[in-house]
Amino acid sequence: MQRYSLPAIILHWLIAFLIIGTFTLGLVMTDIPGLTPTKLRYFSWHKWAGVTVLALATLRLLWRLRRRPPAYPGNMPAWQSRVAHGLHGLLYLLMFAVPLSGYFYSLAAGVPVVWFGLFPLPVLIDADPALKPVLGALHYWLNMLLAALVTVHVLAALKHALFDRDGIMGRMLPFRTNHKEFR
Amino acid sequence: MKPVRALILASLCASAFAGAAVLKTDPAKSSVAAVFKQMNVPVEAKFKTFTAQIDYDAAKPEAAKASVEIVTASMDLGDAEYNREVAKKEWFNTAQFPKASFVSTSIKPAGPGKLNVAGKLTIKGKTADVNFPLSVKTEAGKQVFEGQLPIHRLAFNIGEGEWKDTSMVADEVVIKFRVSAGK
Repeated sequence: MQRYSLPAIILHWLIAFLIIGTFTLGLVMTDIPGLTPTKLRYFSWHKWAGVTVLALATLRLLWRLRRRPPAYPGNMPAWQSRVAHGLHGLLYLLMFAVPLSGYFYSLAAGVPVVWFGLFPLPVLIDADPALKPVLGALHYWLNMLLAALVTVHVLAALKHALFDRDGIMGRMLPFRTNHKEFR
Repeated sequence: MKPVRALILASLCASAFAGAAVLKTDPAKSSVAAVFKQMNVPVEAKFKTFTAQIDYDAAKPEAAKASVEIVTASMDLGDAEYNREVAKKEWFNTAQFPKASFVSTSIKPAGPGKLNVAGKLTIKGKTADVNFPLSVKTEAGKQVFEGQLPIHRLAFNIGEGEWKDTSMVADEVVIKFRVSAGK
């Protein structure tokens, strides 16, 4: 079965691990009570990682528009292919919406983002105490939606590998394998 | 008349006569803020409560006097939890040092609309001699005094213990102020 192109595979896994790490860090840092240097450090790292996801997602979208992914096998039911495309579309949307909502949340809180502590990113909106809680809630719920959809995505990939054994998951694995589940 | 009341009345009368040129400050158009860098991110925090006494006559600027008192617990970082944290012992210790103050010792004209101010700055019980340029202009019949005073927070023990780490919060802090006052 035809595999995804190498740039698509690299970007998929890079973004996947970054999202899992940034999401986890977000939960950990917001759980730290009060104000500690560790908390402030985690907040900065979280923002740097989020902006990195946004940058990689942009590259990935450009690549996706240039190069279509390999087609699904002909015997896959049409509804499954529609659901898969819909889910992938939503995941693409959230790869942008989640970091952007966090970025604007930080700006509304009056804290600009300086990427890796080196590159000051544009301050597009002023500090806004009324908008801050709205963007905070939006960022949180978009993340919960992303976590739910990623779970569905992973379960669907495993279903293809373990039950359907149709090789769909193998197309995105970073290595070629002759295991029958992935072929 | 109770002795305390008599004292207050007497001192009010005395100040009214002594300070004929004392200007009335307009709190709505005045502001004092601290600008600092946190992991290279510029953050501005306003002090919501302060009083400024400015005795200034454009005809004889060298006779001018200025004093400012800032309620340290009124610092607003845009987050109620952080505001409670900076009131603690390691930061402003507002219980023991509820006020920071500045009292001028000399004000000298330094060109049109400019003054050089020297005075004593007291924060967290520590007093230091400071110098800074002050601009003065007339806006809608009021005198507007503006200036920036760079200080080192560690010289005043602002941020003790683990907060002494200047890679987290920079030592340099700029006190930015604007006082609008008139007769």
